[in-house]
Amino acid sequence: MTAQEVSVDQVWSWLGDVPDPEIPVISVVDLGIVRDVRMLDDECIVTITPTYSGCPAMGVIADAVKDALHAHGLEARIETRLSPAWTTDWMSASGKAALKGYGIAPPVQQAIDISGLHAGIRRRAAPDVTCPHCGSPHTQLTSEFGSTPCKALYKCLDCREPFDYFKCH
Amino acid sequence: MDAKFAKFDYLLRQGDNALILSQQLCQLVGKGPALEEDMALSNVALDLLGQTRMWLSYAGEIENQGRDEDRLAFLRDAGDYRNCILVEQPNGSYADTLMRQFLFDSWHYFLMDGLTRSSDERIRDIAAKSIKEVTYHLRRSGDLVVRLGDGTDISHAKMQTALDELWMYSGEAFIYDEIDNAMVEQGVAPAAELLRKQFLDHVAEVLQDATLSMPPLEAWMQRGGKQGRHSERLGYILAEMQFLQRAYPGATW
Repeated sequence: MTAQEVSVDQVWSWLGDVPDPEIPVISVVDLGIVRDVRMLDDECIVTITPTYSGCPAMGVIADAVKDALHAHGLEARIETRLSPAWTTDWMSASGKAALKGYGIAPPVQQAIDISGLHAGIRRRAAPDVTCPHCGSPHTQLTSEFGSTPCKALYKCLDCREPFDYFKCH
Repeated sequence: MDAKFAKFDYLLRQGDNALILSQQLCQLVGKGPALEEDMALSNVALDLLGQTRMWLSYAGEIENQGRDEDRLAFLRDAGDYRNCILVEQPNGSYADTLMRQFLFDSWHYFLMDGLTRSSDERIRDIAAKSIKEVTYHLRRSGDLVVRLGDGTDISHAKMQTALDELWMYSGEAFIYDEIDNAMVEQGVAPAAELLRKQFLDHVAEVLQDATLSMPPLEAWMQRGGKQGRHSERLGYILAEMQFLQRAYPGATW
Protein backbone atom coordinates (compact mmCIF):
# COMPACT_ATOMS: atom_id res chain seq x y z
CA MET A 1 0.00 0.00 0.00
CA THR A 2 1.34 3.43 -0.81
CA ALA A 3 0.79 6.64 1.09
CA GLN A 4 -1.45 7.90 -1.69
CA GLU A 5 -4.02 5.17 -1.10
CA VAL A 6 -4.42 5.93 2.59
CA SER A 7 -6.14 8.93 4.10
CA VAL A 8 -4.62 10.95 6.91
CA ASP A 9 -7.73 10.24 9.00
CA GLN A 10 -7.16 6.53 8.53
CA VAL A 11 -3.61 6.86 9.85
CA TRP A 12 -4.83 8.80 12.90
CA SER A 13 -7.33 6.05 13.57
CA TRP A 14 -4.60 3.38 13.35
CA LEU A 15 -2.38 5.40 15.67
CA GLY A 16 -5.26 5.51 18.14
CA ASP A 17 -4.61 1.80 18.70
CA VAL A 18 -0.91 2.25 19.55
CA PRO A 19 -0.56 2.08 23.35
CA ASP A 20 1.87 4.10 25.42
CA PRO A 21 4.58 1.58 26.44
CA GLU A 22 4.50 2.59 30.12
CA ILE A 23 0.76 3.13 30.49
CA PRO A 24 -0.84 0.67 28.06
CA VAL A 25 -4.43 1.79 28.72
CA ILE A 26 -3.83 5.07 26.94
CA SER A 27 -2.89 5.48 23.29
CA VAL A 28 -0.14 7.71 21.99
CA VAL A 29 -2.87 9.84 20.39
CA ASP A 30 -4.77 10.20 23.69
CA LEU A 31 -1.51 11.14 25.38
CA GLY A 32 -1.14 14.02 22.93
CA ILE A 33 2.34 13.15 21.71
CA VAL A 34 1.38 12.60 18.07
CA ARG A 35 1.42 16.14 16.71
CA ASP A 36 1.03 15.69 12.99
CA VAL A 37 0.42 13.15 10.24
CA ARG A 38 1.39 14.11 6.71
CA MET A 39 1.52 12.39 3.37
CA LEU A 40 4.44 13.48 1.26
CA ASP A 41 4.61 11.83 -2.14
CA ASP A 42 4.94 8.15 -1.32
CA GLU A 43 5.79 8.62 2.31
CA CYS A 44 3.84 8.97 5.53
CA ILE A 45 5.46 11.30 8.05
CA VAL A 46 4.37 11.13 11.67
CA THR A 47 5.56 13.91 13.99
CA ILE A 48 5.83 13.11 17.68
CA THR A 49 6.93 15.24 20.62
CA PRO A 50 8.56 14.06 23.85
CA THR A 51 6.61 14.33 27.10
CA TYR A 52 9.73 14.85 29.23
CA SER A 53 13.01 15.63 27.50
CA GLY A 54 14.70 12.55 28.94
CA CYS A 55 11.74 10.22 28.49
CA PRO A 56 13.32 6.84 27.70
CA ALA A 57 10.13 5.64 26.05
CA MET A 58 10.48 7.91 23.00
CA GLY A 59 12.53 5.38 21.01
CA VAL A 60 10.07 2.61 21.85
CA ILE A 61 7.13 4.84 20.90
CA ALA A 62 8.69 5.74 17.55
CA ASP A 63 9.27 2.04 16.81
CA ALA A 64 5.74 1.13 17.92
CA VAL A 65 4.23 3.76 15.60
CA LYS A 66 6.30 2.50 12.68
CA ASP A 67 5.44 -1.14 13.41
CA ALA A 68 1.72 -0.40 13.72
CA LEU A 69 1.60 1.37 10.37
CA HIS A 70 3.80 -1.30 8.81
CA ALA A 71 1.25 -3.89 9.93
CA HIS A 72 -1.30 -1.97 7.84
CA GLY A 73 1.12 -2.01 4.91
CA LEU A 74 2.21 1.58 5.26
CA GLU A 75 5.81 2.67 5.69
CA ALA A 76 6.24 5.71 7.89
CA ARG A 77 9.01 8.07 8.84
CA ILE A 78 9.07 9.52 12.35
CA GLU A 79 10.09 13.08 13.04
CA THR A 80 10.37 14.61 16.48
CA ARG A 81 9.41 18.15 17.26
CA LEU A 82 10.24 20.11 20.42
CA SER A 83 8.05 23.14 19.99
CA PRO A 84 5.51 23.86 21.20
CA ALA A 85 6.51 21.83 24.23
CA TRP A 86 4.17 19.01 25.20
CA THR A 87 1.66 19.78 27.90
CA THR A 88 -0.79 17.62 29.83
CA ASP A 89 -3.52 19.87 28.38
CA TRP A 90 -3.12 17.90 25.16
CA MET A 91 -4.22 14.72 26.84
CA SER A 92 -7.71 13.81 25.63
CA ALA A 93 -10.71 13.55 27.94
CA SER A 94 -11.01 9.85 27.10
CA GLY A 95 -7.31 9.45 27.88
CA LYS A 96 -7.77 11.04 31.28
CA ALA A 97 -10.76 8.79 31.99
CA ALA A 98 -8.71 5.73 30.98
CA LEU A 99 -5.90 6.77 33.32
CA LYS A 100 -8.32 7.06 36.20
CA GLY A 101 -9.78 3.65 35.45
CA TYR A 102 -6.25 2.26 35.49
CA GLY A 103 -5.61 3.64 38.99
CA ILE A 104 -3.60 6.70 37.98
CA ALA A 105 -5.02 10.07 38.97
CA PRO A 106 -5.08 12.25 35.82
CA PRO A 107 -3.56 15.75 35.81
CA VAL A 108 -6.04 18.09 37.47
CA GLN A 109 -4.99 21.63 36.73
CA GLN A 110 -4.85 23.45 33.49
CA ALA A 111 -1.13 23.64 32.74
CA ILE A 112 0.19 27.17 32.96
CA ASP A 113 2.04 28.95 30.21
CA ILE A 114 5.72 29.69 30.59
CA SER A 115 5.19 33.29 31.67
CA GLY A 116 3.21 32.07 34.66
CA LEU A 117 5.85 29.67 35.90
CA HIS A 118 7.53 32.07 38.33
CA ALA A 119 4.74 31.48 40.80
CA GLY A 120 5.60 27.80 40.71
CA ILE A 121 9.18 27.95 41.98
CA ARG A 122 8.20 28.56 45.58
CA ARG A 123 6.41 25.98 47.60
CA ARG A 124 2.75 26.05 46.85
CA ALA A 125 -0.21 24.02 47.96
CA ALA A 126 -0.26 20.68 46.20
CA PRO A 127 -3.13 20.40 43.70
CA ASP A 128 -6.37 18.81 44.88
CA VAL A 129 -5.85 15.33 43.59
CA THR A 130 -8.78 12.94 43.84
CA CYS A 131 -8.12 9.31 44.75
CA PRO A 132 -8.67 7.21 41.59
CA HIS A 133 -9.75 4.25 43.77
CA CYS A 134 -12.41 5.66 46.10
CA GLY A 135 -12.92 9.18 44.75
CA SER A 136 -11.98 10.87 48.02
CA PRO A 137 -10.48 14.36 47.77
CA HIS A 138 -8.48 13.74 50.99
CA THR A 139 -5.11 12.83 49.55
CA GLN A 140 -1.52 13.59 50.35
CA LEU A 141 1.66 13.85 48.29
CA THR A 142 4.21 11.25 49.39
CA SER A 143 6.86 11.75 46.70
CA GLU A 144 7.42 14.41 44.05
CA PHE A 145 8.61 11.71 41.69
CA GLY A 146 7.21 8.27 40.95
CA SER A 147 7.80 5.24 38.77
CA THR A 148 8.28 7.34 35.63
CA PRO A 149 9.28 10.99 35.07
CA CYS A 150 5.68 11.95 34.38
CA LYS A 151 4.23 10.76 37.67
CA ALA A 152 4.23 11.65 41.38
CA LEU A 153 3.22 9.42 44.30
CA TYR A 154 0.18 10.15 46.43
CA LYS A 155 -1.74 8.34 49.12
CA CYS A 156 -5.43 8.47 49.94
CA LEU A 157 -6.18 9.46 53.53
CA ASP A 158 -9.57 7.73 53.44
CA CYS A 159 -9.11 4.37 51.70
CA ARG A 160 -5.39 4.44 52.62
CA GLU A 161 -4.35 3.24 49.18
CA PRO A 162 -1.24 4.67 47.52
CA PHE A 163 -1.59 5.76 43.91
CA ASP A 164 0.25 7.44 41.03
CA TYR A 165 -0.65 10.95 39.96
CA PHE A 166 0.12 12.06 36.40
CA LYS A 167 1.89 15.36 37.01
CA CYS A 168 0.56 18.54 35.51
CA HIS A 169 3.15 19.79 33.07
CA MET B 1 35.10 36.33 17.98
CA ASP B 2 33.75 34.02 15.30
CA ALA B 3 29.97 33.96 15.76
CA LYS B 4 29.63 30.28 14.93
CA PHE B 5 32.39 29.28 17.33
CA ALA B 6 30.90 31.38 20.12
CA LYS B 7 27.51 29.75 19.76
CA PHE B 8 29.03 26.28 19.59
CA ASP B 9 30.96 26.95 22.80
CA TYR B 10 27.91 28.45 24.51
CA LEU B 11 25.83 25.38 23.63
CA LEU B 12 28.56 23.11 24.98
CA ARG B 13 28.38 25.00 28.28
CA GLN B 14 24.67 24.33 28.56
CA GLY B 15 25.00 20.69 27.60
CA ASP B 16 28.04 20.03 29.79
CA ASN B 17 26.47 21.55 32.91
CA ALA B 18 23.45 19.29 32.54
CA LEU B 19 25.54 16.25 31.59
CA ILE B 20 28.06 16.38 34.43
CA LEU B 21 25.42 17.03 37.08
CA SER B 22 23.31 14.22 35.63
CA GLN B 23 26.27 11.84 35.75
CA GLN B 24 26.97 12.74 39.37
CA LEU B 25 23.34 12.26 40.39
CA CYS B 26 23.31 8.90 38.60
CA GLN B 27 26.05 7.73 40.96
CA LEU B 28 23.50 8.03 43.77
CA VAL B 29 20.93 5.75 42.16
CA GLY B 30 20.16 3.03 44.68
CA LYS B 31 21.99 4.96 47.40
CA GLY B 32 19.53 7.74 48.19
CA PRO B 33 18.86 8.37 51.89
CA ALA B 34 15.17 7.52 51.40
CA LEU B 35 13.26 5.85 48.59
CA GLU B 36 11.53 9.10 47.62
CA GLU B 37 14.87 10.89 47.40
CA ASP B 38 16.40 8.08 45.41
CA MET B 39 13.62 8.37 42.84
CA ALA B 40 13.83 12.14 42.81
CA LEU B 41 17.58 12.13 42.20
CA SER B 42 17.33 9.66 39.35
CA ASN B 43 14.40 11.50 37.79
CA VAL B 44 16.21 14.83 37.96
CA ALA B 45 19.27 13.11 36.45
CA LEU B 46 17.09 11.76 33.64
CA ASP B 47 15.59 15.18 32.90
CA LEU B 48 19.08 16.69 32.80
CA LEU B 49 20.30 13.95 30.49
CA GLY B 50 17.43 14.62 28.11
CA GLN B 51 18.29 18.30 28.15
CA THR B 52 21.95 17.46 27.55
CA ARG B 53 20.98 15.62 24.41
CA MET B 54 19.05 18.59 23.04
CA TRP B 55 21.94 21.00 23.73
CA LEU B 56 24.76 18.81 22.47
CA SER B 57 22.97 17.67 19.33
CA TYR B 58 22.39 21.33 18.45
CA ALA B 59 26.03 22.12 19.29
CA GLY B 60 27.13 19.37 16.89
CA GLU B 61 24.93 20.78 14.13
CA ILE B 62 26.32 24.27 14.63
CA GLU B 63 29.89 22.97 14.61
CA ASN B 64 29.14 20.95 11.46
CA GLN B 65 32.14 18.66 11.81
CA GLY B 66 30.17 15.43 11.99
CA ARG B 67 30.14 15.21 15.78
CA ASP B 68 26.78 14.18 17.22
CA GLU B 69 25.74 14.40 20.88
CA ASP B 70 27.26 11.02 21.71
CA ARG B 71 30.65 11.90 20.26
CA LEU B 72 30.62 15.23 22.07
CA ALA B 73 29.75 13.55 25.35
CA PHE B 74 31.98 10.51 25.22
CA LEU B 75 34.99 11.57 23.18
CA ARG B 76 35.99 14.95 24.61
CA ASP B 77 38.59 15.16 27.34
CA ALA B 78 38.35 17.30 30.47
CA GLY B 79 40.06 20.33 28.91
CA ASP B 80 37.38 20.48 26.22
CA TYR B 81 34.53 20.35 28.72
CA ARG B 82 32.80 23.69 29.37
CA ASN B 83 30.76 23.06 32.52
CA CYS B 84 30.92 25.29 35.60
CA ILE B 85 33.00 23.97 38.49
CA LEU B 86 29.90 23.82 40.70
CA VAL B 87 28.52 20.71 39.00
CA GLU B 88 31.75 18.73 39.39
CA GLN B 89 31.83 19.21 43.17
CA PRO B 90 31.57 15.87 44.97
CA ASN B 91 28.21 14.40 46.04
CA GLY B 92 29.53 14.45 49.63
CA SER B 93 26.86 14.14 52.30
CA TYR B 94 23.22 14.53 51.39
CA ALA B 95 23.41 18.14 52.54
CA ASP B 96 26.17 18.75 49.98
CA THR B 97 24.23 17.02 47.19
CA LEU B 98 21.10 18.95 47.99
CA MET B 99 22.73 22.35 48.38
CA ARG B 100 24.63 21.88 45.11
CA GLN B 101 21.31 21.03 43.47
CA PHE B 102 19.55 24.04 44.95
CA LEU B 103 22.26 26.49 43.85
CA PHE B 104 22.30 24.91 40.39
CA ASP B 105 18.50 24.83 40.04
CA SER B 106 18.16 28.47 41.14
CA TRP B 107 20.59 29.62 38.46
CA HIS B 108 19.34 27.12 35.87
CA TYR B 109 15.74 28.22 36.24
CA PHE B 110 16.42 31.91 35.61
CA LEU B 111 18.81 31.12 32.78
CA MET B 112 16.22 28.93 31.05
CA ASP B 113 13.64 31.64 31.60
CA GLY B 114 15.96 34.14 29.89
CA LEU B 115 16.69 31.72 27.06
CA THR B 116 12.97 31.33 26.28
CA ARG B 117 13.35 34.87 24.89
CA SER B 118 16.55 34.11 22.97
CA SER B 119 17.01 35.40 19.42
CA ASP B 120 17.86 31.81 18.40
CA GLU B 121 14.68 29.84 17.71
CA ARG B 122 16.13 26.42 18.50
CA ILE B 123 17.51 27.67 21.83
CA ARG B 124 14.08 29.11 22.63
CA ASP B 125 12.49 25.73 21.94
CA ILE B 126 14.99 23.82 24.09
CA ALA B 127 14.62 26.33 26.94
CA ALA B 128 10.81 26.21 26.75
CA LYS B 129 10.94 22.43 26.99
CA SER B 130 13.51 22.45 29.80
CA ILE B 131 12.00 25.12 32.00
CA LYS B 132 8.96 23.00 32.82
CA GLU B 133 11.25 20.34 34.25
CA VAL B 134 13.60 22.84 35.88
CA THR B 135 10.70 24.54 37.64
CA TYR B 136 9.80 21.26 39.24
CA HIS B 137 13.45 20.63 40.22
CA LEU B 138 13.77 24.04 41.83
CA ARG B 139 10.53 23.73 43.75
CA ARG B 140 11.65 20.44 45.20
CA SER B 141 15.23 21.41 46.06
CA GLY B 142 14.11 24.74 47.57
CA ASP B 143 11.49 22.96 49.63
CA LEU B 144 14.04 20.48 50.99
CA VAL B 145 16.58 23.22 51.78
CA VAL B 146 13.90 24.86 53.94
CA ARG B 147 12.90 21.61 55.62
CA LEU B 148 16.45 20.59 56.46
CA GLY B 149 17.77 24.08 57.19
CA ASP B 150 14.87 24.76 59.51
CA GLY B 151 14.99 21.20 60.82
CA THR B 152 17.01 19.73 63.66
CA ASP B 153 20.20 21.27 65.03
CA ILE B 154 22.21 18.64 63.17
CA SER B 155 20.44 19.07 59.82
CA HIS B 156 20.71 22.85 60.16
CA ALA B 157 24.45 22.66 60.85
CA LYS B 158 25.04 20.31 57.92
CA MET B 159 23.11 22.52 55.52
CA GLN B 160 24.93 25.66 56.67
CA THR B 161 28.32 23.95 56.26
CA ALA B 162 27.36 22.72 52.79
CA LEU B 163 26.24 26.21 51.80
CA ASP B 164 29.41 27.85 53.11
CA GLU B 165 31.63 25.37 51.29
CA LEU B 166 29.77 25.50 47.98
CA TRP B 167 29.22 29.23 47.92
CA MET B 168 32.49 30.01 46.16
CA TYR B 169 31.29 27.91 43.20
CA SER B 170 27.95 29.70 42.90
CA GLY B 171 29.17 32.75 41.01
CA GLU B 172 31.02 31.41 37.99
CA ALA B 173 27.90 31.36 35.85
CA PHE B 174 27.55 35.14 36.24
CA ILE B 175 31.16 35.99 35.39
CA TYR B 176 30.80 36.52 31.67
CA ASP B 177 33.71 36.08 29.27
CA GLU B 178 33.97 36.95 25.56
CA ILE B 179 31.81 33.94 24.61
CA ASP B 180 29.00 34.93 26.97
CA ASN B 181 29.27 38.56 25.92
CA ALA B 182 29.09 37.64 22.23
CA MET B 183 25.89 35.73 23.00
CA VAL B 184 24.41 38.69 24.85
CA GLU B 185 25.28 41.00 21.96
CA GLN B 186 23.52 38.67 19.52
CA GLY B 187 20.45 38.55 21.76
CA VAL B 188 20.99 34.84 22.34
CA ALA B 189 21.69 34.93 26.10
CA PRO B 190 20.38 37.06 28.97
CA ALA B 191 22.65 39.66 30.60
CA ALA B 192 24.70 38.62 33.63
CA GLU B 193 23.54 41.40 35.96
CA LEU B 194 19.85 40.59 35.67
CA LEU B 195 20.48 36.86 35.99
CA ARG B 196 22.63 37.33 39.09
CA LYS B 197 20.04 39.56 40.72
CA GLN B 198 17.24 37.07 40.07
CA PHE B 199 19.39 34.26 41.41
CA LEU B 200 20.45 36.11 44.56
CA ASP B 201 16.92 37.31 45.31
CA HIS B 202 15.51 33.83 45.08
CA VAL B 203 18.35 32.20 47.04
CA ALA B 204 18.09 34.84 49.78
CA GLU B 205 14.35 34.28 50.12
CA VAL B 206 14.69 30.50 50.46
CA LEU B 207 17.68 30.71 52.82
CA GLN B 208 15.75 33.06 55.05
CA ASP B 209 12.89 30.57 55.30
CA ALA B 210 15.49 27.90 55.95
CA THR B 211 17.01 29.94 58.82
CA LEU B 212 20.38 29.67 57.03
CA SER B 213 22.85 32.56 56.83
CA MET B 214 23.63 33.81 53.37
CA PRO B 215 27.39 33.93 52.77
CA PRO B 216 28.88 37.33 51.84
CA LEU B 217 28.01 38.56 48.35
CA GLU B 218 31.51 39.94 47.83
CA ALA B 219 33.12 36.53 48.50
CA TRP B 220 35.75 35.32 46.02
CA MET B 221 34.19 33.18 43.33
CA GLN B 222 36.01 30.27 41.71
CA ARG B 223 36.10 30.35 37.93
CA GLY B 224 37.65 28.60 34.96
CA GLY B 225 35.31 25.70 34.22
CA LYS B 226 33.61 27.50 31.34
CA GLN B 227 37.04 27.97 29.75
CA GLY B 228 38.04 24.34 30.31
CA ARG B 229 40.13 24.79 33.48
CA HIS B 230 38.56 22.25 35.78
CA SER B 231 39.16 20.73 39.17
CA GLU B 232 40.92 17.37 39.25
CA ARG B 233 37.58 15.71 39.93
CA LEU B 234 36.25 16.14 36.42
CA GLY B 235 38.88 13.71 35.16
CA TYR B 236 37.57 10.98 37.46
CA ILE B 237 33.96 11.69 36.51
CA LEU B 238 34.79 11.44 32.80
CA ALA B 239 36.96 8.35 33.30
CA GLU B 240 33.92 6.50 34.58
CA MET B 241 31.40 8.05 32.21
CA GLN B 242 33.50 7.57 29.08
CA PHE B 243 35.01 4.19 29.92
CA LEU B 244 32.99 2.12 27.49
CA GLN B 245 33.60 4.31 24.44
CA ARG B 246 37.28 4.64 25.30
CA ALA B 247 37.79 0.90 25.82
CA TYR B 248 35.55 -0.20 22.93
CA PRO B 249 35.50 2.68 20.46
CA GLY B 250 32.31 2.86 18.43
CA ALA B 251 30.47 0.28 20.52
CA THR B 252 26.70 0.48 20.09
CA TRP B 253 23.66 -1.20 21.64
